[in-house]
Amino acid sequence: MQLFIQLIVDGLAQGSIYAALALAIVLVNQATGLVNFAQGGMAVLSAYIGLAVVDLLAPAFGPGLVALAIVIAIVVALAFSFVFGAAVERLVMRRFERGDEDTAVVATIGVLTLITGLVGIIWSYNYQHFPWFFPIAQSFSIAGIGVSVWSLTTFLAVIVIMIVLQLLFMRTKLGLGLRAVADNPASAALSGLKVGRLLMVGWGLAATLGAVGGILIAPKLQLTPNMLDSVLVYALAAVVIGGLDSPLGAVIAAWGIAIVENLSAAYLPTIVGQDLKVAVPFAFLVIILIFRPQGLFGRKAVVRV
Amino acid sequence: MLLELQHITAAYGPVQVLEDVSLSVPDGGAVGILGANGAGKTTTLRAISGTVRVARGTIAFDGHQIRGRRPEQVAALGIAHVPEGRGTLGNLSVRDNLLVGAYRRKDRKQVEQDIEFLLDLFPNLRRRYKSNGSALSGGEQQMMAVGRAFMSKPRLLVLDEPSLGLAPSTAKDVYAAIRQLRVESGIAMLVVEQNANLAFSIVDSAVVLETGRSVLSGTTAELKGNDEIRKAYLGV
Repeated sequence: MQLFIQLIVDGLAQGSIYAALALAIVLVNQATGLVNFAQGGMAVLSAYIGLAVVDLLAPAFGPGLVALAIVIAIVVALAFSFVFGAAVERLVMRRFERGDEDTAVVATIGVLTLITGLVGIIWSYNYQHFPWFFPIAQSFSIAGIGVSVWSLTTFLAVIVIMIVLQLLFMRTKLGLGLRAVADNPASAALSGLKVGRLLMVGWGLAATLGAVGGILIAPKLQLTPNMLDSVLVYALAAVVIGGLDSPLGAVIAAWGIAIVENLSAAYLPTIVGQDLKVAVPFAFLVIILIFRPQGLFGRKAVVRV
Repeated sequence: MLLELQHITAAYGPVQVLEDVSLSVPDGGAVGILGANGAGKTTTLRAISGTVRVARGTIAFDGHQIRGRRPEQVAALGIAHVPEGRGTLGNLSVRDNLLVGAYRRKDRKQVEQDIEFLLDLFPNLRRRYKSNGSALSGGEQQMMAVGRAFMSKPRLLVLDEPSLGLAPSTAKDVYAAIRQLRVESGIAMLVVEQNANLAFSIVDSAVVLETGRSVLSGTTAELKGNDEIRKAYLGV
């Protein structure tokens, strides 16, 4: 029983990493109708910007103020992400707006490749340590179940982000505008919505959200240009299972994927084990898509002619 | 005149769609645009709302020269265009569709009152208020589209074939509702319609387009008495 609960807790921690990126994907999809494969790459770039700021400030501030340096670095990185995300929309994605959606999605893969390459050239492909406010290994135990402080932070952060996103989309005027533009930009313009500006804001917000994920994850995984590539695969699976338009669905799916992955590795060691556990969520993905193509929490897109 | 088009020409790439279109809509009036498929009716409306580029001619609205302005700028001046195919925001609820129409307005209380007014006018929409736009029937979507346009408090409502794809009885209902909206709000209207009988149920006058030219215009009574019009558009 103790092992079971420990596996669930670990699964929630790991799932929160997937969820952070999954939420950014949901945000771009809600705001533009696209899936952005560059989401992970953009988040990694922001994490590197943060690291550069820490490296610049920490020596000047001295050891007592490292935490302050990290705070400033996070603020700078998030501001950078917003501007960068908006710039990607304006300079790259805008050209694909009126065309085929599949073409636009392929363009995001191009952006991913470009960013990963540039980051590699500037910062190298070596692992870099991203400093954090407390030691990552720090943990406490409740009734014999070990809980990492960092995992708990990430878990809570994901829940807060999810709630904020849901409120942004469903309760604010900006959210209404973002959804309208994603749904049908030409029609939204006829109601006087500034489509270009809303798309830029949507991309900027999603990039910022992705950067939050990247910065939460970087201290744990160590920073490399490809840090989020594997996470992106899980995040995409979570988004597809949970429904592209549901922040809550994406988060629950992300947790579910990680828990199932851990449980099957532990309890089916001969069939699944550590080597095959990555395949488990995708087996689930296929099964769910057969029976509910819109995802578990997604709304079915009904089109009448 | 609230809206005045003079000698408009427009093309999609090399294909000339509008050769010479002139028409005008008086403040509070309702004007129809009649014509066969491909005559340029939809393109004329698109030229007004800025979704198609106009090569030559002038478009004046309420004293402003609006040719060349972007769709959101034209909308901001008070022209609400309900496009062909209704422009339904399928993933948004009926309420959200209406609120998108009111996106530029700041008077939140009045917005809620206007929604109430619309729901009284279109009882079907009240029943489907929380449903997604894509789940509505064609007639309901058309009423929602007209309602959404009304929510922007326009000076001029531009309707592109509200009867398109609807069963005859549904089309009649939609037109009855639009007529009611006109009576109660006094908003000027420019209506494209293939079915002249439907158009004549709300407009005071109409313009006939043929291969991109405005060839004839007159009051509803004059056009109804015109033999060619009767043969071509009224089916008598």
